[in-house]
Formats: sequence, structure tokens, C-alpha cells
Amino acid sequence: MLMAREFDTAMLRLYRQGKAFGGVYSQLGNEAVSVGSAYALDRDRDVLFPMHRNIGSHFVFGQDLDQLMVNHLAREGSQMRGTDGTGHYADPARRIYGNVSHLGAMIPVAAGFSLADQLRGITTVSLTFIGDGGAQVGEVHEALNFASVHKIPLILIIENNQYAYSTPNSLEFACERLSDRALGYGMYGTTIDGTDVELVYATCLEAVERARRGEGPSLIETRTMRMRGHAEHDDFSYVPKDLLEDWATKDPVETYITRIVRDGVMTADEVKALRETTLATMIASIDRALERPWPAPEEGFKNVFMST
Amino acid sequence: MQMTYLEAIADAMRHEMRRDDRVFMIGEDIGPYGGAFKVTKGFYDEFGAKRIIDAPISEAAIIGSAIGASLNGMRPIVEMQFMDFITNGFNQVVTVAGTTAYRWGLPVPIVVRGPSGGGVGGNPFHSRNSEAWFAHATGLKVVCPAFPDDAKGLMIASIRDDDPVMFFEHKGLYRKIKGEVPEGEYIVQLGQARVVRSGTHCSVIAYGSAVHMALAAAEVLSREGIDTEVVDIRTLVPFDQETVFQSVRKTGRALVAHEAVLTAGFGGEIAARIADTAFQYLDAPVRRVAAFDSPTPFAPTLEQAVLPNAEKIQAAVRELCNF
Ligand SMILES: Cc1ncc(C[n+]2csc(CCOP(=O)(O)OP(=O)(O)O)c2C)c(N)n1
Ligand SMILES: [Mg+2]
Repeated sequence: MLMAREFDTAMLRLYRQGKAFGGVYSQLGNEAVSVGSAYALDRDRDVLFPMHRNIGSHFVFGQDLDQLMVNHLAREGSQMRGTDGTGHYADPARRIYGNVSHLGAMIPVAAGFSLADQLRGITTVSLTFIGDGGAQVGEVHEALNFASVHKIPLILIIENNQYAYSTPNSLEFACERLSDRALGYGMYGTTIDGTDVELVYATCLEAVERARRGEGPSLIETRTMRMRGHAEHDDFSYVPKDLLEDWATKDPVETYITRIVRDGVMTADEVKALRETTLATMIASIDRALERPWPAPEEGFKNVFMST
Repeated sequence: MQMTYLEAIADAMRHEMRRDDRVFMIGEDIGPYGGAFKVTKGFYDEFGAKRIIDAPISEAAIIGSAIGASLNGMRPIVEMQFMDFITNGFNQVVTVAGTTAYRWGLPVPIVVRGPSGGGVGGNPFHSRNSEAWFAHATGLKVVCPAFPDDAKGLMIASIRDDDPVMFFEHKGLYRKIKGEVPEGEYIVQLGQARVVRSGTHCSVIAYGSAVHMALAAAEVLSREGIDTEVVDIRTLVPFDQETVFQSVRKTGRALVAHEAVLTAGFGGEIAARIADTAFQYLDAPVRRVAAFDSPTPFAPTLEQAVLPNAEKIQAAVRELCNF
């Protein structure tokens, strides 16, 4: 959780310094969703298809911080050779397959990844995500129906953070809960508070267990608030201030810290120290990544095909 | 063995499915029904429901899940009931499949295949020749066989290829064209054009159904003393330009023909490359014969009028030879 939070803090700092290249998509407010869900998987046998606000899940799946930064900032050594940046990389060894920008396009792909193992008699749970806006893309419907018909062990989390860029829920869909759609697909669906990491974890664990029993996919809507703009260029003045203030009291990281301090898991001082070292680690890693050169221009002409 | 174009495609897929259990098929009505054109007739009985997957009518889910399965070690063959419906799966092909090698360095060994092309009264939605879209998309191989032996050899090569392959079967050739097809393993490497008729006066560079139009035209022209060479490029990507240049250097005249519409068709690309590299050998401008820039109409009178044919090719070759 702290890794996820401080990654954002560090990236925002970088953005303000004018050193970030490309969009900076904050996941502030979404930490519990990425982290809690990824923990419910077995990272040695399951597979993660993260989206743009799921940086926390990369850490849960064991991604190396420096590698992640180099990928993110598209420096030499990136797993994408500079052909793309942010969290769009794939790391088959760590069982992480990033997204493309086209919303919804990777959901059928995630289903297909699990389908391949299903044909081999193995259950591999795919975890992937979509936003409250992205959930309106046609491919999402196709993928869910397909996964349900073929009982594919897929978990789709609809991260309802109230806005899709500037568009509020009311202009994206007219149903009460996005998880109600599960009924129409004949799959399990539920809507939960996405700020509670333990609840997210427990809900996803049940979905994983259902999938392992051969009961097919699950659709989980997590309710959160996008606490920043769509990306950092966006001042999100279209979001009512009191709405942000309400949600600020439910900050997933702060609430969890309060809980673990109360339960005696860590002391407040320990948390504070961990926070500081985490942020310092992030900044140091960013600095190392920024010291690297940009990839050589020749890379742009390579690898359009695996073979010619 | 004598086989139709359709039988040759089925033979190739059956061969690969027996040889490699990573190969499976997914599409609409391809199971017990055997596919809209019966290309997969008997496959379900031999390979079962797990390897011949009947999917819902969801082209994006079909292609997307094939991509996902290929990232996880499989080699899926996707059937589009008609290649026209690729528009519903376009995003998966272009955005996901075509960019993966470049972005991730990971293979997406899928073949997306199906019936394309007109001339059979299919209407605007069952007749399109959309191969040029994919040649333009980057990262996709594009195959358009004209003969049964090539259909088999190119299909096997496509299935074994580590890149996504768009395989355009001309539905008008399915049962019309028969030919000798080698039994068992037979591979035609992608990216090799073939001179299917040798001649000295003019080169006709074509693929798919237009190859047969060109051959028919060449027969007629030979009676007038015009000796036409016909080059079947067989694959648009990779494109074997050397064989094309060689032919043009020999004949000094080039006509490019395809059934797809003229504007921004692959013929424009071929013409540009000839102009660029073989200009000094040309005795006449490079000309194109292609469909009129419209959707493919339904009524036979209209369809025949807009599509290219042997007569239009003859006329164009005559013109080039008299230039
Ligand atoms: C198919 C498609 N259309 C448009 C976009 C441009 N776009 C990127 S993110 C975004 C808003 C997404 O909102 P949501 O799905 O709610 O996710 P959030 O960013 O709120 O997490 C838009 C419109 C896109 N990436 N893909
Ligand atoms: Mg949103």
C-alpha cells in the first residue's frame, strides 16, 4: 500500500519538476483495490493484467522497482525498448501483462490466457481491471459473456472511481450498480467499498476460490474516488470540492494505517519511518532511471515482427 | 493429390492440428456444423470440443482470447465466418496483435482466416477484400493464396509463423479451383512471389482471384501475339518485391491487378515500388486494374460492372503494349 502511495507521491513530484514524459495517471484513492486484489492471487500460478491505476499490483507480483521505473520512464533497459512506456510492459517471468491504451481491449486477451491453460487442464486465474468509463466499451461485454459461457477463471474488477476523465457516472451508465450486469452474464457479481483493502482481499479471495472450483468468472465493482485529475495535466475542477472532501475521510492508505496501529500490528512511529524510507527508495529509483539514456533511435526500426 | 482450394486449406489445418497439440481453432459454427463454408467439416469429430471451439458471436472476444492463448503458448487458428466481420474484431488485430512483437518482443502466433472477396452475390457485407487495411496496419502478415497448393503450403507456414497472420481465402475460389496438392507436410514460405505464367511483353502483378483473371486474360492476349507474364505475389506482407522487379526488368511493362477497390489498395504500393526501383526499365507507365471505389453491390449486373475481370485486364495490357 505504501509502495503504491509513495510511487504516486514520487511521480507527482517528478511531474511538477517537469521531468515526467507522457501522462502521469495517479492511482491516489485506488491503492486498496490494486493491492488487495493482487494479494488474493497466487503469483506463481495466476496472472495479472493490470490497468493504468494499478501500480500497487505490480509490486505485489514482485516487480523489481528499478525495472518498473525504467519501463515507466522508457529509458534504456526498458522491457519495451522504448516502444512504449508507463505500466504497459509485459514481464512473462513475473506473470504480468500490461495494458494497451484502448480501454477494454485486454479483457478478452486475459480471458484467452486462462483459456489456454483450461485446455491443458490447468486453472490459471486472470485478474484484470477496467474503469467505470471503460466498462462501457463493447469488448468488455463480449469478454464477460465469453468467459462465462466457457467458465473461464477470470476476475474483472470494475474500478468505479466516479469519473471517466471528465465524465461522471451519470453520463456513463444508467444502472444502479455496475456489478448488476453479472446477472445478465450468468456469473457472480458484487459491489464493494474499494477503500477497504481487507474487504477487497477477502472478496477477491472468494472469487479466486470460485474460479478454482470451476465456477467461472467474477465481476467485482469497487467504489472509490479518483482523488486527482484524469492525469496530472487535468485540474479536475469539474469535480465538486465537497465530494473530494467526503472521500478524503475514507483514504484507503490512511484508514488502513489507523487500523493496523490500533490493532498493534505496527506503531505510528514505525509507520512513519517506513513511509519515509519508502518515499526515499522511490525517489532514488527514479533518479537512477533518469540517469539512464533514452533508448537508441535504432530500436524504433527493430522487432516489428518476430520473424520476417 | 487433386484438391479444391477449400480442401487444401482444410488439409493444411488438419495436418497441423494432428502434428501440434498447441494448435486449436475458435470461431462461429465451426464445431459440429463444420463452419459456414464447411472448411472445418469433420474437425469436431476428430479433435473434439476443446480444440474446435464454438464461440458466441463475439469477434473481439474470439480474436482477443486467441491472442491471450497465444501469449500462453498456444497457436490458435481463428475463423471469421466471413472476413467482412473482421471489422468487429479490428481493434484486437490492429491494436493488440499487430503491436505486441514491437512492444513486448513476445510472439502472437495466431492465424485469422476466413472467406473474403466478391463475385458471388454476397452483398456489401459478405464480399469485401480488406487485405490492404492489414498491410497498412504494421506488425501483421497478410496472405492471399490463389491456388490450392499455395493455400495449403501458405497455411502451414502461417500456422508455424510466430507473428499474427491474416489469411484471406477467396470464397469464389473455394470450390471452383482444383489442383494438384502435395500430400502431408508442404510448406510455402511467406514472402515469395511466384511467376505463374512466363511472358516477355508485359507483367501482370496480381494476387488472389485477380491471378485467375490475369491468367485468363493472358490466354486471350496470346492469340493476339501479346505474351503476358503473370506474377502472383501470394503474400502482401512480407512482400517479395525482387521477383516483381525482375519480371518488370524483363518485360518493361507492368500492370497491377487486384479485386479490392482501387484507391489506397495494395496495388498502389506495388506501383510505387516499381516506379521507385525499376523506373529505368519501364517502357510505359505502371497501370492498375481494380474494383471501382464502392462497396460491393448485390445485383449481379452491378457487381460484375464494378469488379475487375479478365476483359478489363486484357484491355489494360493492350493499352500498355501500344503505349
Ligand atoms: C477505447 C478508448 N477510448 C477512449 C480512450 C481515451 N481515454 C483514456 S482513459 C479515459 C477515461 C477512462 O475512465 P475510466 O474507465 O473510468 O477509468 P479511470 O481513468 O477513471 O480509472 C479515456 C476516455 C481510450 N483510452 N480508449
Ligand atoms: Mg473512472
